[in-house]
Amino acid sequence: MSDLTSSLPETSRRPVPSLHRIPGYALWCKADWVLRIALVVGMILVLLTIAAPLISPFDPNDQSLISRLRPPLGFERYKAGFFLGTDELGRDILSRCIYGLRLTFALALAGAVIGLLIGGTLGLLAGLVGGVFEDFVMGAVDAQIAIPFTLIALLILAIFGSSLEIMVLVLGVYGWEQHARIVRGEVRKLTGMPFIEAARAAGAGPVRIALRHILPNVVSPLVVQFTLNFSNIVILESTLSFLGLGVQPPTATLGSMVGIGRDYLPTAPWIVVAPAMMILLLTFAVQILGDWLRDHADVRLRSR
Amino acid sequence: MLSYVLRTLLKMAVTLFIIVTLVFFATRLSGNPVDFVIGEGITQEDRQLLIAYYGLDGSIATQYRKFIASILTGEFGLSFLERRPVADIAAERIWPSLKLLLSTAIFTFALSIPLGIAAAVYRTRFIGSAIMVIAFMGYAVPPFVIATLLVLIFAYTLNWLPVVGDGTALHFIMPTLAMSGMFVAALTRFTRNAMLDVLGQDYMRTARAKGLPERTVILKHGLRNASITILSVVGLQIAGWIAAGSVVIESIFSWPGIGDLLVRSAIMRDYPVLQFGVLMVAVAVICINAAVDIAYAYADPRIRLAKG
Repeated sequence: MSDLTSSLPETSRRPVPSLHRIPGYALWCKADWVLRIALVVGMILVLLTIAAPLISPFDPNDQSLISRLRPPLGFERYKAGFFLGTDELGRDILSRCIYGLRLTFALALAGAVIGLLIGGTLGLLAGLVGGVFEDFVMGAVDAQIAIPFTLIALLILAIFGSSLEIMVLVLGVYGWEQHARIVRGEVRKLTGMPFIEAARAAGAGPVRIALRHILPNVVSPLVVQFTLNFSNIVILESTLSFLGLGVQPPTATLGSMVGIGRDYLPTAPWIVVAPAMMILLLTFAVQILGDWLRDHADVRLRSR
Repeated sequence: MLSYVLRTLLKMAVTLFIIVTLVFFATRLSGNPVDFVIGEGITQEDRQLLIAYYGLDGSIATQYRKFIASILTGEFGLSFLERRPVADIAAERIWPSLKLLLSTAIFTFALSIPLGIAAAVYRTRFIGSAIMVIAFMGYAVPPFVIATLLVLIFAYTLNWLPVVGDGTALHFIMPTLAMSGMFVAALTRFTRNAMLDVLGQDYMRTARAKGLPERTVILKHGLRNASITILSVVGLQIAGWIAAGSVVIESIFSWPGIGDLLVRSAIMRDYPVLQFGVLMVAVAVICINAAVDIAYAYADPRIRLAKG
């Protein structure tokens, strides 16, 4: 054996740059083919979102009345350059899909983060403080679970109209109760544990215990819930926009493209099919990832 | 048992109070609804009359008291658009909604219970994983996408099914399919998990050892025991799902039900109708949840026989 290695040229002894240095490579190795597809699709969608202005061939709101309702590549009357065809105002569907995806992503991310912050903070405080405050928070959680969120969203959007800010607010209110419930449950479970007792005995104050000892232990269930929540918010946002209650035209979101394109379904189905497929890819990718995380991320759950 | 029932009812009352208050403040926060809807062409006296009619004059406290009183007495006022009592408008739409829910429920149970059992029994085979993949897809796809694609295929391409209305049996097919997608996916999962738990139990082995046919073992001994778990999971979520699903699906197919009414009144800013619709659906959901809660408590001897 030693002959073999010593006969190799000096250069190959140097440590090879390992694939394991790439973040997420370990995840990729453990993944089955479904998750791999989801990861690739997810990455492509994220790239599309980030690079939207570079990639999209046209401005999403540029109208061209002479090239209205042109079909996608490969059909009769296809107009060069408009790969996925044009809509009823002659706007490029590919560009609108990319920008729509971008907005959907941004809204869902903002909504999910707000929900996480509200729910996480209230849950943490409720678990630590207890007493009347806890009863109040958990009462609000129960109420939000009991009332279908679609009703709340309809009410808010009808009354305040729908601008991007209101949309972010509505999506942010969605799902906070799940975060609050999870965090508070974990905190209650953790506060009884010996290592918290030990930290307290060592003289750590309540803030330090909350941030340094409890919070890190709540992270993994929160990540899972965040991912599932993100995918639900994507569905909620596109549904509201589809119904005409969400983001208003001419701004493109995937949901409103399907909603408005519905009127042209008999004659120009491509207006609807492209954004609908985009929504499917997005929700599949996120949901698969969330499901997988739920089954594998938590070390304690996995060993069971 | 009695104390449990009382606690459930109290919780229900608190939730009702919260939703009523939420509806009240939401409709008042954004300025005077009368101005939104009626606009400019109206005399000052008429405006005052309208404001008084809808209980929008006086301080917030007076308005709130009037609002509660109007709910308790069943005086919900007139629709801004149709100039008819909102209760009448909503009442016409209950039956179509129930019809759609009924057909969805039948379809969902008829499909997902057998699928869930099959997925559990054949869990190691291709068919088992295939069922779960399909169930997963039903869960991840928004219902409005399913509905739109169904319309594109079956109404416009194949010309088999009508799109709008609830006239004939054919009208039920697409809305039922689109609405069941999510329910079938969820119920199949629940059934599979519940069956998996049951399949490993000792009494299943005993049943097989007695020489019972596999069919009887699975259906009589397995499913009957799993059904308690299945129903307890379904019962707690069903009401909320129904509300969300019917809003979207009814609106897409112009189904003359409550969900379609809610979306219409939200878009047209017909506050009295929206207010009434939201309250009605919320009350229905909360009552169903409370009933389900109490039913389980009754079924669970640990709670039923508890003292107090």
